[in-house]
Amino acid sequence: MTKRFLASLFFLLAAGCTGENEGTGNGNSSNAPRDNVLRVAADAEPQSLDPMLTTGHTEHRILCSLFEGLTTLNQKTLAVEPGVAQSWEMSSDGKTYTFRLNPAAKWSDGTPITANDFIYSWKRILSPKLGSEYSYMLWCLENGEKYNKGDVTDFAQVGAKAIDDHTLEVKLLYPAPYFLTVHMHNAWFPVQQATIEKHGNIDDRQSKWILPENMVSNGPFKLVEWQPNRVIRVVRNEHYWNVANVSLEEIQFYPVNGNLQTAERMFRANEVDTMETLLITKVPAYKRDNPDVLRLDPFTATYFYRINTTRPPLNDPRVRLALAMSVDKESICNDVLFGAFIPARALSPPGIGGYTADAGIDYDLAKAKQLMAEAGFPDGKGMRPLEILYNESEDHQMIAEAVQDMWKKNLGIDVTSSKQEWKVYLNSMTALNYDVVRAGWIADYLDPMNYIECFTTGNGNNRTGWTNAEYDSLEQKARFEIDPAKRFGFMQEAEGILLGDTPIIPIYTYRQRYLVSPSVQGYDSNPMAYMNYRYFSVKHQPN
Amino acid sequence: MTEAAVPLLEAGTSLWRDAWRRLRKNHLATFALVVLILILFVVVIGPWISPYSYETQDRELGAAPPTAKNWFGTDTLGRDLFTRILYGGRISLMVGFCATAVSLTIGVLYGAVSGFAGGRVDSAMMRVVDILYTLPFTIVVIILTVYLGKSIVLLFLAIGAIEWLTMARIVRGQVVGLRNKEFVEAAYVMGLSRSRIILRHLVPNALGPIIVYTTLTIPQVMLLEALISFLGLGVQPPMSSWGVLIQDGAKLMEEYPWLLIFPSVFLSLTLFSLNFLGDGLRDALDPRMAKD
Amino acid sequence: MTRFILRRLAGFVPVFLIIATLIFFLIRMAPGGPFQEGERFVPPEVLEQIRDTYNLNAPLHVQYFDYMRDLLRGDLGPSMQQPSRTVSEWIVLRAPVSIELGAYALVVSVVLGLFAGVLAALRPNTLTDYVPMSLAMVGICLPTFVMGPLLVLGFALKLQWFPVAGWDTAAHKVLPALTLGAVYAAYVARLARGGMFEVLAQDFIRTARAKGLSEARVVLRHALRGGIQPVVSFLGPAAAGLLTGSFVVEKIFQIPGLGKQFVEAAFNRDYTMLLGAVLFYAVLILAFNLIVDIAQAWLDPRVRYD
Repeated sequence: MTKRFLASLFFLLAAGCTGENEGTGNGNSSNAPRDNVLRVAADAEPQSLDPMLTTGHTEHRILCSLFEGLTTLNQKTLAVEPGVAQSWEMSSDGKTYTFRLNPAAKWSDGTPITANDFIYSWKRILSPKLGSEYSYMLWCLENGEKYNKGDVTDFAQVGAKAIDDHTLEVKLLYPAPYFLTVHMHNAWFPVQQATIEKHGNIDDRQSKWILPENMVSNGPFKLVEWQPNRVIRVVRNEHYWNVANVSLEEIQFYPVNGNLQTAERMFRANEVDTMETLLITKVPAYKRDNPDVLRLDPFTATYFYRINTTRPPLNDPRVRLALAMSVDKESICNDVLFGAFIPARALSPPGIGGYTADAGIDYDLAKAKQLMAEAGFPDGKGMRPLEILYNESEDHQMIAEAVQDMWKKNLGIDVTSSKQEWKVYLNSMTALNYDVVRAGWIADYLDPMNYIECFTTGNGNNRTGWTNAEYDSLEQKARFEIDPAKRFGFMQEAEGILLGDTPIIPIYTYRQRYLVSPSVQGYDSNPMAYMNYRYFSVKHQPN
Repeated sequence: MTEAAVPLLEAGTSLWRDAWRRLRKNHLATFALVVLILILFVVVIGPWISPYSYETQDRELGAAPPTAKNWFGTDTLGRDLFTRILYGGRISLMVGFCATAVSLTIGVLYGAVSGFAGGRVDSAMMRVVDILYTLPFTIVVIILTVYLGKSIVLLFLAIGAIEWLTMARIVRGQVVGLRNKEFVEAAYVMGLSRSRIILRHLVPNALGPIIVYTTLTIPQVMLLEALISFLGLGVQPPMSSWGVLIQDGAKLMEEYPWLLIFPSVFLSLTLFSLNFLGDGLRDALDPRMAKD
Repeated sequence: MTRFILRRLAGFVPVFLIIATLIFFLIRMAPGGPFQEGERFVPPEVLEQIRDTYNLNAPLHVQYFDYMRDLLRGDLGPSMQQPSRTVSEWIVLRAPVSIELGAYALVVSVVLGLFAGVLAALRPNTLTDYVPMSLAMVGICLPTFVMGPLLVLGFALKLQWFPVAGWDTAAHKVLPALTLGAVYAAYVARLARGGMFEVLAQDFIRTARAKGLSEARVVLRHALRGGIQPVVSFLGPAAAGLLTGSFVVEKIFQIPGLGKQFVEAAFNRDYTMLLGAVLFYAVLILAFNLIVDIAQAWLDPRVRYD
């Protein structure tokens, strides 16, 4: 009896294995290659598709297909181009912008987009109860921060007004020369009031408006399918004002659950046309065997170590600078990281918004040893053991081990490195419970101010305990300066002070690394990794 | 003729001495034992005679295949893999044996008592096991790291605390099956105390699956240790263990296969030896196997 | 027997509530919470507001009673980290996939394991012993995170017999099931071998053989029942392990199962999702252990549950 039972089980299994396309998956998304269908391996399953509730880069890339802000950026040059707004004016003091919306701009349900939609959307993201983690991007608006914190309750006092259906006036607290570029970020995307209110209040986090059957968006594509951890499908939005220039019919996003190995394998098996991130361990092989599909593009993001300036002996800037100068960044980038990244001398990524820092920290062992001796630790004698903290990821571990080795060998100090679980790591960093901790920062907008502003006294993103009055004043001067050259001048000075005092150790500037199949055209990348899918097309070679 | 003049035909022998004799006759098991001792030896002595340390980096060299200088090749930071495997072996074997010993002790006792007691006590004890089973392992480990620091002893306890549950279930299953057998009744009638019955009679008869499961637990524990290191408890870099080496090697298996192959070979060798030895032990301890 | 089953089922409820209470407080002991500063600063006022939405600012015992009250009504709460769906909706969406994967893996492990183990026990210490057992051991030597990628490299990329990742068609399900089942196949094989061995040495087997019954009949009809007893004992933990351990396989093959969601909830401190998943697993584990106990009683009539 048992034998027969077992035998029938076996045959069932065997029969199941040979069937084609009969599985329980109700995904009608066949991921065979098709012309003008772009298949992308996304790094992770998006936490949400609500543009105001997401924080990750993966989500941003998907949202760029669904929504469009007042302006868009050229895929290659990042020059500002019309979005929902077809033209704009800036006041002479740089603090007031007037946007004229394109009357042809429509939502995916055919209704026109008005200036009020933007007012509503910005009210939504600044609503305290919604709890958007990117609401701070709108603090540049007059009273934006106050409204977000609940100090101001009437949104009419916030610096955004709908003059009429197609005219939007924005009042900023300070001149932000980069303001026209910020609209590429999902924090500034508009959402449709009617849809939001159909599924809840303006500040409901749990709303179902983002499900495919409910979502209304204004971008080149609209959401038709969302099977968590399987696929997200968007198809061309025929109501999009610029639909004539959109070649792609459909984009399919396949989340690989953080397992980047799978993304590369899917690419090899031609199950995807491109991906978000390639593991750096694969870079040498592709460089050697298949360089045409490999892309290593600039990325405005910096990897650095934070130093806790409140803990002796790290409160001595000479010690900090010595530590920074004994890190051989070339070796790390070329040997440990397979040449995928570029050594960084400064905090801001080179060329961001046209700015490259003059000051920089270089690898200089002689100077480092001299500094340590001056600080009272010749050859590391008397220095207490230091600990480097990082969260789980191979790259972080290898870099930490390499730095550990460098400091031990070069400076003679005792160093340990510890891996911490994600939340524990975050806690350590925010509570200043560390000696040296690994960190990174991807630019939110195309201007070095995004980096400079982090290290003013008491700034929530400082997290090193570092404070310098001159730096603070330079940051303020830069913030309110209209003349671009002068503005950059202040920031250069500020960054020079920062690097000289060394609360952070710049390690490398990121590069975007990914594979693109030759059947994808128009996929020029830009340093912000901004996806303007209008420019892409897919044509498979017949084989 | 006095009794002294007639030599006893069979010297009085215990279960264990009998078993040892039988084990020695089992060539495969003896071979496995030798291999295990060899591995232990290499892992203990090796690091002292190796010219490399487990942490000497050669970043320019990076990951290189086996050469005369580096018998097993190097990892991505240029560290000698052979040395790292030896050091890692110390950690893995220590964790493997100790944690398994912990789980074995707790599990066997708990399971035997539960199975023997029967009725409501058994039910309650098994429900406790069920409840503990559902504890999310990741969270438990995270909490342990935070509240109790990072010692290696903690690692044993954490792992032992997870693994004993399954052992208890298996032992209890065995004991429940044996409980109603004649020899138990006989022992009871003879007036043996319950603890003696459990320890001296039930447990040895349940030894078969216990041994088998123990030999399976040890490699399981070694791999579990890798997961725990992932969460920040346990072995800290640059020190490594077989589990961690295999985990890291698996990610690079296409580019640098030796990083996966060599640690896996060591783990597999240990595993196979443990299992053949375990089988041999099991066979040797089976009182019904007395073919002599 | 029926009384036994009913009593066990009744016992589920207090166990369930104990688990819910235990886990509720346990996960709040882990450092960090679902809403805190991440890599980027978040204003404390905003965090306060979010926490209010999820009742996280109320005193702990209030939160507890609110949760238990909702739980008894069948409401597992909203997912904190992935707000587009409630916990129940996530479980309904993801659990069937994990269960399906676990079921296939269980079948694989039992079929392969029993086959190898029984064969090995018939001719101990010969090639028919060593070869199947060694093959079965491969499952343990190669943990899932090694076996999975190896199978993908070989069968999916090189031979192109199967797709690399996903869970849509039957072809997608083979490699994951094999990867997950292989480990347990080794366990089953070894336990079966040991168990069969003991049974085959018993007197009643000798009687059966003496009576002239064919070997197959002796093995399948008489020995198997007692021989697989240790395997049956193990199936409870095995099923639990398959469900909760599917996380790695789900990650490698991009399978939308509950395992990965569960582990991510732990890392994100998504209290409601974590509790919901744990309770779901708890129900499954309790049920499966009950089935195993029943199976044990059925297989071995001397086992009496009194």
